[in-house]
Amino acid sequence: MINKSAVEMAEALSKGEITSVELTKAHLKQIGEVDEQVHAFLHVDTQGALEQASQVDAKRSAGEKMPALAGVPLALKDVLVQKGIPTTCGSKMLEGWRPPYDSTIVRKLKENGIVILGKTNMDEFAMGSSTENSAYGPTKNPWDLTRIPGGSGGGSSASLASFQAPLAIGTDTGGSIRQPAAVTGTVGVKPTYGGVSRYGLVAFSSSLDQAGPCARTVLDAAYLHEAIAGHDPLDSTSINAPVPAVVAAAKDGNVKGMKIGVIKELQGDGYQAGVLKLFNESLEILASLGAEIVEVSCKYFDYALAAYYLIAPSECSSNLARFDAMRYGIRSGQGSAEEVMNSTRQIGFGREVKRRIILGTYALSSGYYDAYYGSAQKVRTLISRDFESAFKLADVLVSPTAPTTAFKIGEKSNDPIAMYLNDIATIPTNLAGIGGMSLPSGLAAEDGLPAGFQIMAPAMKDDLMYKVGAALEVELNTKWQGPILNSAPKLGAK
Amino acid sequence: MSNISRDDVANLAKLARIDLSEDELAGLAKELSVILDAVARVQEVAGEDVPPTSHPLPLVNVFREDVVRPSLTPQEALSGAPEQEEQRFKVPQILGEE
Repeated sequence: MINKSAVEMAEALSKGEITSVELTKAHLKQIGEVDEQVHAFLHVDTQGALEQASQVDAKRSAGEKMPALAGVPLALKDVLVQKGIPTTCGSKMLEGWRPPYDSTIVRKLKENGIVILGKTNMDEFAMGSSTENSAYGPTKNPWDLTRIPGGSGGGSSASLASFQAPLAIGTDTGGSIRQPAAVTGTVGVKPTYGGVSRYGLVAFSSSLDQAGPCARTVLDAAYLHEAIAGHDPLDSTSINAPVPAVVAAAKDGNVKGMKIGVIKELQGDGYQAGVLKLFNESLEILASLGAEIVEVSCKYFDYALAAYYLIAPSECSSNLARFDAMRYGIRSGQGSAEEVMNSTRQIGFGREVKRRIILGTYALSSGYYDAYYGSAQKVRTLISRDFESAFKLADVLVSPTAPTTAFKIGEKSNDPIAMYLNDIATIPTNLAGIGGMSLPSGLAAEDGLPAGFQIMAPAMKDDLMYKVGAALEVELNTKWQGPILNSAPKLGAK
Repeated sequence: MSNISRDDVANLAKLARIDLSEDELAGLAKELSVILDAVARVQEVAGEDVPPTSHPLPLVNVFREDVVRPSLTPQEALSGAPEQEEQRFKVPQILGEE
């Protein structure tokens, strides 16, 4: 059962073929057997998950009408707070902290009867593309345990790819849902900015951060998307408008007559040949289904990475000021409040977090503000304009999700610029606040590892990504004679 | 070519309230110079006529009604505090002796 999709599990639950407690136990068993190798979880809430599952079972047997995903387990990225459950954000700074409240996402998951198995590993405070920046050690890619599972949400993507959970929540500031999905052969969606509440999401870069669904199929992601999305008065940047009908779009999956724009700037140099080949094969499939493929140019995208690595560190240098050793988290050192702060932040933050705080402090400091942060904000305008022009020529835009397949653990950890290049194709959507999806495009010829196909849609038209993704997924699964994860190596008890 | 010195990083670290070791100061000075060189290109296209975007949504102020709603109890709010006393966060000395 753990190899099925979330929708199949939900059907089995509603038909009474299995109980949520049985399903939850099966996943806890899998976690026990494989997570020593994968290290997707930072905390497994065995008791809480089983209690939640038995409540769902009781309601169902009492004849209550149940939400679509009721009783299906899920893995939660450790950047979202859940009352009473350790939340570390992959940082020593929050070691041992148990939040006193639920994030809106957690509240909605509970209302939908979705069973939260535990918290997944991540780059510290979501800063990274490999999950190597976690203070609690890296997560391994289930396709090859010597490789990275993407980041920052590598724990969530790896939990899906190793069948420890059928659903997961990620957050995406520059690609942290989509790039992990791409390198693990799973599906990840960054909704339109403001589509899912950020209340209870520990902030990294507030104008870019967006939580979203991670799954193994497009339809599973759509159901999870609808479960967590919607206006929230507790998040003043949440959009007060109906949630796009993403489930209906995923079920429809008809691309006939749609215009699909290939972004000229997001291919070529720096992209692995096998990744590009799979991307082009996916385009041919979409064309064969009746979509019209057009080429579009977004000339300012070449500046997106530079703008991102000024804006995100600037916002993070401000957001992470809250870790002051006074109200929560660890406290270290003696002397005045300032000395204690300085000392706590030295031992509490890891290398990449310090690097970004210092970079952001520089970019915001007087004398440099206009040249760096100010200029980056202008580039952000130019990138949004690029998208606006491109969406006049096409309904959705597409590109490879990440330029390469998963690299080796340790390969890029001493070269920040090489690491940042992983996000080159995912960052523009965050800067513009629009939606992006990654789904598997196949296994690259060079290394046999998964690659991702990215679909981007205008703000609040997230349904279009699901329509295109679902259409492509059906054809690819036919070609592969089943889901791509069937080809992943089997992990098991030693 | 950006040239960030050890002392520049030390000053930034002071502003950011992070003690850094000599190794960290030296390492960050080198890395920051490289990163700033890579990101400085944003200046090439940021013309006078381009307005800045600070946020993807065109929001102004979002207000709520000024009514009481459920919130954390003092015990819950203090539950993560390193130290507390009389329902307050207990912090080290903030003001100088003078």
